Amino acid sequence: MPMDWAQYYAQLTELAKAGEELGFFDNFFRLFYQAFIEGERWRLYLKGMGMTFQLTVIALCIGIVLGVGVAVARTAHDQQRPGKKSLLLGFFNGLCKAYTTVIRGTPMMVQLLIWGFVIFSSSRNKTMVGALGIGINSGAYVAEIVRGGLMSVDVGQSEAGRSLGLGYIDTMRFIIIPQAFKNILPALGNEFITLFKDTSLVSAIGGAELIYYAKAIGAKTYEPMFPYLGVAVMYLAAVMVLTWLQGKLERRLRQSDRR
Amino acid sequence: MIDVKNLSKSFGDHLVLDNISEHIHPGEKVVVIGPSGSGKSTFLRCLNLLETPSAGTITFENTVITDPKTDINAMRRQMGMVFQHFNLFANMTIRKNITLAPVRTKLMSQGEADDTATTLLKRVGLEDKADAYPAQLSGGQKQRIAIVRALAMKPKVMLFDEPTSALDPEMVGEVLDVMKELAHEGMTMVVVTHEMGFAREVGSRVLFMDGGHILEQNTPAEFFANPKEPRTIEFLSKVL
Repeated sequence: MPMDWAQYYAQLTELAKAGEELGFFDNFFRLFYQAFIEGERWRLYLKGMGMTFQLTVIALCIGIVLGVGVAVARTAHDQQRPGKKSLLLGFFNGLCKAYTTVIRGTPMMVQLLIWGFVIFSSSRNKTMVGALGIGINSGAYVAEIVRGGLMSVDVGQSEAGRSLGLGYIDTMRFIIIPQAFKNILPALGNEFITLFKDTSLVSAIGGAELIYYAKAIGAKTYEPMFPYLGVAVMYLAAVMVLTWLQGKLERRLRQSDRR
Repeated sequence: MIDVKNLSKSFGDHLVLDNISEHIHPGEKVVVIGPSGSGKSTFLRCLNLLETPSAGTITFENTVITDPKTDINAMRRQMGMVFQHFNLFANMTIRKNITLAPVRTKLMSQGEADDTATTLLKRVGLEDKADAYPAQLSGGQKQRIAIVRALAMKPKVMLFDEPTSALDPEMVGEVLDVMKELAHEGMTMVVVTHEMGFAREVGSRVLFMDGGHILEQNTPAEFFANPKEPRTIEFLSKVL
């Protein structure tokens, strides 16, 4: 009965203001109610979670596109026939190498601060700036994962494809990439879970997501414990769901392995 | 049909093929034998440019395939290849393995390719495996499928790179039978193998390679009865 709880909360708040020592459970209830229910604050957490998911999806898309592009360009460069090096591929390879080196060699926090306060210092939509920053960061890691995956597929597979007269792109698309994808799914899943959690850094440049709202509530009530604990539980629950989904996908892709 | 002129191939400092010239005529069944490391597989893989020759030219039906301007994919469509380790596409069903290349290269529609796959699978007695994945098959079955996959492209020549070397002994026969049948139908074949029985029975010409050279060649009957080179005699005394 929320009405009664609301009244009870009001009573407890009065007592606390008067300097009364509350019992452990009473205090627990008061802080919990204050953090999540008073003024329908739970809506803010949900909104924040929604923003976090949005951020994740946008960053994920940027990361995958960049990562696969970089991985394919670098693999194509490495797999050229000796004596037939393409200058264009050489250029892209250098660019991609520089990209992965810089991104993997600097903390994500620093990258986000640069995106938010140097490159897009006048942007108001810091959430999108954050998504871009995290996506570009993730791309470098995805690239290395995908490159490892492409190299893990037996060279005989591509030789067989090419010997049948399929071109490089068709061979990649139908034979190598599907097999590589299956091999790298665990690593890729971990990367995405990491990315999901890393979106919390976006709050540092003022982007709106889950932590941003939790911080705001903590600042307003001067009681940060429950907002932050609540957020931790929400992240944990989301990651558990994602892990479960990843396992399901892996089992499905393992279809061709059954004997 | 395939004309090889002054073909050389080296990996780094290691010269694997040393100035080889050879001609393969339509309908011939050329069997290449020789000790390990003699360059026979490299020779075969040069024929469809899976290895890029270091020097020399290879001409396939009047097209110089070693010319960088040649569309090598179009050439490879006419040259089927069977590998020692089968190399079936692990992520596809057997039917898809067979139909992928004919459909993607616009040789056939999906429907035609499916029909071709069914016909070819019946021929090697594996029509019930059409929807299986490669991992579910035995080595002999995989290799028969690999042959069928190459045949689906309706090649003019078939290249076999030690097709039975990775098989359990009791599965060698089933693969050789398919190859023999193919030979009887008049397919031009170049076969790198250690199966001397096959060479004797099916080959129209035997090439003996060692140290990057073709040391000796002859009809199988002559080759096995009267080898001339000392190296050939030594090799045959060990394997026969």
